[in-house]
Amino acid sequence: MPDTTSTKKPAPNVSEHPMMDEVIRCEKLTKLYPAGNILAVDQLNMTVHHGEIFGLLGPNGAGKTTTVGMLTTLVVPTSGKAIVGGIDVVAHPSLVKQVIGVVSQTNNLDRSLTVWENLYYHGLFFGMKSREARAAADKLLVEFRLTERAKAEVMAISGGMAKRLQVARALLHSPSVLFLDEPTAGLDPQSRLALWEILRKLHAEGQTILLTTHYMEEADSICDRLAIMDHGHILAVNTPKGLKESVGADSIVTISAAGNLDALAALLKEKIEGATKSQRVDNVIQLHIKGASGVLPKVVSIAEQAGFNITDLSVAEPTLETVFINLTGKELRD
Amino acid sequence: MNMITDTQTAEHFKKLRPAMAASRAAFGALLLRDLTVLRKSLGIFIARTLVQPFLLVFVFLYVFPQIGQGIGGGGGANGESSFATVLVAGVVALSIMFQGIQAVALPLANEFGYTKEIEDRVLAPLPVSMVAIGKVAAGAIQGLIAALIVFPIAAVIHAKGVHPNLTVNWVILLTLIPLTCVMTSALGLFLGTRIAPRNIGLMFGFIVLPITFLGGTYYPWTALAAVKIGGFSWLQALVCINPLIYVTEGFRAALTTAPHMQLYVIYPVLVGLCALFLWVGIKGFYNRVLS
Repeated sequence: MPDTTSTKKPAPNVSEHPMMDEVIRCEKLTKLYPAGNILAVDQLNMTVHHGEIFGLLGPNGAGKTTTVGMLTTLVVPTSGKAIVGGIDVVAHPSLVKQVIGVVSQTNNLDRSLTVWENLYYHGLFFGMKSREARAAADKLLVEFRLTERAKAEVMAISGGMAKRLQVARALLHSPSVLFLDEPTAGLDPQSRLALWEILRKLHAEGQTILLTTHYMEEADSICDRLAIMDHGHILAVNTPKGLKESVGADSIVTISAAGNLDALAALLKEKIEGATKSQRVDNVIQLHIKGASGVLPKVVSIAEQAGFNITDLSVAEPTLETVFINLTGKELRD
Repeated sequence: MNMITDTQTAEHFKKLRPAMAASRAAFGALLLRDLTVLRKSLGIFIARTLVQPFLLVFVFLYVFPQIGQGIGGGGGANGESSFATVLVAGVVALSIMFQGIQAVALPLANEFGYTKEIEDRVLAPLPVSMVAIGKVAAGAIQGLIAALIVFPIAAVIHAKGVHPNLTVNWVILLTLIPLTCVMTSALGLFLGTRIAPRNIGLMFGFIVLPITFLGGTYYPWTALAAVKIGGFSWLQALVCINPLIYVTEGFRAALTTAPHMQLYVIYPVLVGLCALFLWVGIKGFYNRVLS
């Protein structure tokens, strides 16, 4: 067991060994589903550092869930390599399971057990003594405000509570990295905010977290770094701020109008001062502006002179949506 | 420098427990979880264990003799007593069989379904095959309890003058029961992993019923020699593909002095079936939980 003996040696200073900072590392990680010959994840390279909240942002079908599946041993990679918590996922899946906590997208709580028992037996699965598991379950119920429902059947609690219980269960054995797949999908706004608070608190305590999401607000507000995914590829990795800056514009004008939008887009790019990019995205035009002000009146007058009737006009700072459109030419929202 | 390392060195990495110790602890906890669930529904478990043998024994050994419906070939109390002897072995065998399928295949159909409840147990720190074996072990324990509950009923309930003629061979009984419990639970694993969750209801019509009626519950296998086409005992040969026939014949050997299939056939076949069902069941389990 090299894994256990090595931990007994004095640990090296992390700063002297930049590689030691990595909690997750994928090299050319690939998943080809033989049924339908679907290449879900294609030669993915990715690194997640200790203590960060790392987000995989992309539309449904981008390969986010498959990626998390491979890192959590539930999906067997077709090729490539993944190291989680210092352990090779393919070579030692049982050992990897000791160091990961997983919150899946669906409510996969054990319906034959109560709220409290879901935590208690999870503790026993991970080798806790009965008394330890009991104490850990009690403590987490308090932290996640579930104590009052301790004896309830898991079918009887709300969606928000069920998700909190899933997170509590995943944390019970103190994993090196917590995986959350679309943690707030299907939650009401209040429960979503509550879950974000929980994740921020865990982050403050130093918990490494990898989450997937297709909500750009979620990615923007809680992730330290983001990988933007589409069709099984990572298109860009950076901080949310860095990604937005990479657009190269400080405001985005969105224009709805009747007529030939491609022609109008070209016209605006030519005539507006500071326009860095102008493109049609579905039924609207997005005009990227850098270092110019008073753009809206100019847009209106240029469009009207050319005979276009503008039906809606807005200006905003670049968002992750803009970044996604820039990278893929399509909107993130389905 | 090699970018990929699979030895843990950084100080923030969690200290690992040895794989064997972690697996053992997790396996025990999985069993404990299944037994807790069993304890919670003990009433239903006992009721579902009892209803079938009770009906069988009630109709065949109590009602039939009273209304004069002839069974057992010989006629009269003697014939009924010899039928009772046949039926006791059949009822015990059938109860264990049902338990194996109900305790393993039905819960699995739920846990593999939309909710994927099994996931948290698959993510416990042990090999996936051990999770499947844990299911079989828990099912086998339930089969064992079922056998203990059913045997007294089958031996005791009957009409006046009808007496099953039981002679217990303890060596056979005590080896056969555990073997049967494991075999039927493994069959449950095989069925539960190979039948799509939404089709699990069909299992009863197409698999459980034929197994029951062609499994020697109501008649000894040796007597089927009389069913012939052109001198060939076709039914006796056909039912050999039914796992239940080896169980009922085994219990016939264990509980009666009546003629039965040879033990040197029964034991190897049961061991072989255990291995076969475990193997395909574990493979099926892998296919269900991993992709």
